[in-house]
Amino acid sequence: MTAWIAFSVNGRAVDVEVNPMRRLADVLRDDLGLTGTKIGCNAGDCGACTVRLNGRQVCACLVPVAQAAGADVRTIEGLAAVEGLAAVEGHEGHDRHEGPLEVTDLAALQRAFLEIGAAQCGICTPGMLMAADDTLARHPRPTPAELADGLGGVLCRCTGYRKIAEAVAAASGGASVAAETAAVAVGADVGARLPKVDGIGRVTGVTQFGADERPSDGLAVRAVRSPHARARFTIGDLDQFRAAHPGLVRFLVAADIPGQNRYGIYPTGKDQPVLAEGEVRHRGEAVCALVGEEAILEVIDDAELPIAWQPLEPLADIETATAPGAPDLHDHAPGNVLVTGRLARGDIEAGFALGPDGPAATAAVEVETTFLEHAAIEPEAGWARRVGDRLELTVSTQAPYMDRDEVALILGIAPDRVRIVPTACGGGFGGKLDLGVHGLVATAAWLVGRPVRAVWTRPESMAASPKRHPARIRASAAADAEGRLTAFRFHGDFDTGAYASWGPTVANRVPVHAMGPYAVPAVLATTRAIHTNNPPAGAFRGFGVPQAAIAHEALMDDLATQLGIDPLELRHRNALRSGSVTASGQVLRASAGLAACLDALRPRWARLRAEVEAWNAGAAGRDEPSRRGVGIGAMWYGIGNTSMTNPSTIEMGLDRGGAVTLYSGAVDIGQGASTVLVQIAADALGVPAATVRLVSGDTDRTRDAGKSSASRQTFVSGNAARLAGEDLRRQLLRLAEVGDEAAIELGDGRVRLTEPGGPPVDIDLVELPTTATAAGDAWVLLGRGFYDPATTPLDADGQGVPYETYAFGAQVAVVEVDLELGTTRVHRIVAAHDVGRAINPTQVEGQIHGGIAQGLGLALMEAYVPGRTENLHDYLIPTIGDAPEIETILIEDPEPAGPYGAKGVGEPALVPTAPAILGAIHAATGARITRLPATPDRVLAALRALPDRRPPARRR
Amino acid sequence: MASYFRPAASQLGEALEALALGVAEGRPRVVVAGATDHYPARVGRAIDEDVLDVSGLAGLRTIDKVNGGWWIGAGTTWTDLVERPLPACFDGLKRAARAVGGLQVQNRGTLAGNVCNASPAADGIPNLMALQASVRLRSVRGERDVPVGEFVTGNRTTRREPDELVTGLVVPDPAAAGHGLVATSTFRKLGARAYLVISIAMVAAVVVRDAQGRITSARLAVGACSPVARRLPGLEAELAGRPLRPGVGGLVRAEHLAPLSPIDDVRGTAEYRRGAALVLVRRALEDLAT
Repeated sequence: MTAWIAFSVNGRAVDVEVNPMRRLADVLRDDLGLTGTKIGCNAGDCGACTVRLNGRQVCACLVPVAQAAGADVRTIEGLAAVEGLAAVEGHEGHDRHEGPLEVTDLAALQRAFLEIGAAQCGICTPGMLMAADDTLARHPRPTPAELADGLGGVLCRCTGYRKIAEAVAAASGGASVAAETAAVAVGADVGARLPKVDGIGRVTGVTQFGADERPSDGLAVRAVRSPHARARFTIGDLDQFRAAHPGLVRFLVAADIPGQNRYGIYPTGKDQPVLAEGEVRHRGEAVCALVGEEAILEVIDDAELPIAWQPLEPLADIETATAPGAPDLHDHAPGNVLVTGRLARGDIEAGFALGPDGPAATAAVEVETTFLEHAAIEPEAGWARRVGDRLELTVSTQAPYMDRDEVALILGIAPDRVRIVPTACGGGFGGKLDLGVHGLVATAAWLVGRPVRAVWTRPESMAASPKRHPARIRASAAADAEGRLTAFRFHGDFDTGAYASWGPTVANRVPVHAMGPYAVPAVLATTRAIHTNNPPAGAFRGFGVPQAAIAHEALMDDLATQLGIDPLELRHRNALRSGSVTASGQVLRASAGLAACLDALRPRWARLRAEVEAWNAGAAGRDEPSRRGVGIGAMWYGIGNTSMTNPSTIEMGLDRGGAVTLYSGAVDIGQGASTVLVQIAADALGVPAATVRLVSGDTDRTRDAGKSSASRQTFVSGNAARLAGEDLRRQLLRLAEVGDEAAIELGDGRVRLTEPGGPPVDIDLVELPTTATAAGDAWVLLGRGFYDPATTPLDADGQGVPYETYAFGAQVAVVEVDLELGTTRVHRIVAAHDVGRAINPTQVEGQIHGGIAQGLGLALMEAYVPGRTENLHDYLIPTIGDAPEIETILIEDPEPAGPYGAKGVGEPALVPTAPAILGAIHAATGARITRLPATPDRVLAALRALPDRRPPARRR
Repeated sequence: MASYFRPAASQLGEALEALALGVAEGRPRVVVAGATDHYPARVGRAIDEDVLDVSGLAGLRTIDKVNGGWWIGAGTTWTDLVERPLPACFDGLKRAARAVGGLQVQNRGTLAGNVCNASPAADGIPNLMALQASVRLRSVRGERDVPVGEFVTGNRTTRREPDELVTGLVVPDPAAAGHGLVATSTFRKLGARAYLVISIAMVAAVVVRDAQGRITSARLAVGACSPVARRLPGLEAELAGRPLRPGVGGLVRAEHLAPLSPIDDVRGTAEYRRGAALVLVRRALEDLAT
């Protein structure tokens, strides 16, 4: 049934004829076109859809639209000072000029979010802003507790919440936000705290994400997924079923895939079917798909479909999969070993050998981690259409060019017949580096000839998307009496799940990093990626390095205790420095700033340890059940792909109107890549960043700048952007016949170049021949930059140059552990990271804050269990109340090969957090947690297992 | 095609008739108020049940002092409760209200809905049991009151008949038994994160003391450690007559938690839950003694 429901949205009267039980969020988005309200879970778990209903914040996904009758609804579109925001037409949400909006149009809250950097990917931002709006309405000057209570119902996966809290506080009391962004001098954009170039759309809800575009005359495709981890299946008479369901246009089964029914990250070894062929290898694998009207697909119950299942005993974990007699899941992986990794250097046996010349201390540890879910607040979404003999796919992604090539293989057409148009990406973290909706929407649109859309539900996203690899690690280390590491041994088994995905990357990257950021003369590090009937494990911020860091940092703490050396000092003595030789045999020439990070942390480390000691003494005296501790973690991380070519090409065009456009194939996934690349290119050309337009990610309008992964966009694409800007500058100078020092001034239809002390030279652009592309771009001059990091292949012992440069960092954590309940609260993190050069300190801090929040989740609460935690109330990620205070220290030890000295920071920020927290729990209690996450029950069990059952702090 | 009925403020009778008719026609209606438990159970599924939406029954959204106690209408939201000045015996329930989901859910979800949803981890149920609250059910057949502890029969099952509507909760005044009695209450919830968290274990306590500070009655209930929250009668008996002062938590012994039957799940082991419940009970009593 439908009914007419009348209410007010942002002061405008609306009247809609809908099912009265339709979710208000769906009515706002689908019936009223107000797509600023986002849907992350449809279960009230994430708060992305927060709107104000009669003044109060509510989840619009939990409100029957009939209950909005007569009510006043306020959405993100009503927050800005300008009217009719939703009516903005023709904007390109993922480009930088999104229509008529200017900073001055924004509400104080929105300006604060923009200028302070409180929005990263932007998917939670509308909900967060509406929650903040409600909070400030009731608490004009909120206390920190009131602020956290007010925002506690909205999850953010990017920011670590600190800049959000800062922005809301800054906008409170009706104060207008601090200051206009200071004018930046030409050539000084690098290093400036510029607001995100795509930020206004994110704080106004205008930016279009994967689920926000709904083509007219479109259909939907929905996968039918396996409820079994391992099973054979047969599909019965689908034609009969289809005939009984009007609106169901067709089914897709494996045989319908036009090209090859295989995809995967690596050019060889593609092993994952778009639709399973008679056997499924993990729960959530797609076996067939329904194409039809969206409303029809919603009401079809999968249990009604004629699918006969024959469940098989699944290989549930590494042990089962490697046990003698275990069936092979793939022909390419005998014994279910997908790939192994190895690094060997020096005499490992001698390094551990006891005796008068042997090490003064040895330590060993075993670490076990679990599947982790990216939990981007935006589920996978996109749509495709056939345009003549080409396929256009508009999708949320981290890797448009890889997507293009994969979709071409699936459709059996040449890559240049596929166009990928990335939408804004509402959180990636590696989760959108594999195909999501791509294969099925492309195939359906190709075969049916109409636009086809798919938006995964949260449970579907969690069941079908790749995960972080669970790791089983055994590691040991030895050190001499001065604390210098003499040997390090490491073996890690990684559960790579049912398909290869990024398993080889993890197996190859981990051995290089296994010993941590230290100079060790003898290393043996081995890894295996093992197939099981678990979800495919893919890329997740750090590619196995965060798991390995838990082991090497536990060993460093243990050695420090045995040797009586301060844990920070022990790390400092062993830190890789300029001139050090890595375990891969690579000589670090420059930009190895770990020692500087540790030096910056040293006074805080000492002060925090003293404070905690005093606090614990007081707590013991008062017989309080809590103890505090301070821990430290250090890391290094190679920027870009491991020993593999991973080039970026970026172009910068000048059109006859005098406008400069950066054509960048690098997608911004919230981390700020677009802003950073614009800043770099602007400085290289010599124009203000504010004048540079951006075209991002569209494979018809840009060139391949690789994936937004491996922390590579600032370093690799940044270099390409710098070279593009320099190339365009060179062409302009040559045209004007002026010297290198000339200043460039863009005008309307002309460019003026002025040498210091010289007369201005004008170039009339209108006179120059224009190059126009089929995609509608045009330029009179085009600069191009290409960069591929200088690496070499690794030999059988892992020796070579796997990366051109490395990021370094260290973090100190202060935690409080409840000794009776086992709960852990992280009070504070001090993070020092060597980023080479901070192109945009606000964005860098944002990456560090967000990495810390994810590292905290890894340490304390996140655990994905297939079939059990496929939602955001059983799979826990940190809320604003869990986010610690963070002090960020940026160390800039410039990388000569980096753009203006810059390296990368996206993944590095996460790596040391869990080791620091686990070290702090150990310091507080004497218990070393090595099976993650350190949930209250595990912490308490570890406390009970201590030899004297009393933590050291209580003995005072 | 599913039907939807949202009676207006004056249409309680029509609501009851709709429920009765639904039962008679073999299509019992799903009752929806704040809908905060309704939609999460239907993610990715068609929403096609016949619905009775009681959110328009404005008369049910009240908290009133009545003879011998309080009446909490079925439309009362968590936020309504938090913002309403009430005596100290409701402090525990208010603490629970602030611990339900986020503000978005507190602004919409109702106490009565929490009871009817009957989750083992329902934040409101231990408090209502400690308050000895009853559920008032009405139907075209009549009206009855059922104590909350008897109303909830298992994991997501209750004694509500399909034609019955919960119209509210009746909370007797814990201090009504005599002059000079003071009732206080508290609530402790243990979860693995700060907000939006499902309890690993939780404890509600209502303690009545006399003018000399002696406990005249204590009622404690533990949630998320059994299919239905459980009172701790052994402990309650032991506390009666004792002075309410710091150290009272020391009276709590493991055997007092015998009514619990915790399970292992992703949030914690059974053994952990039992131990945590013991700690929470002790701390709840200490809260009230200081």
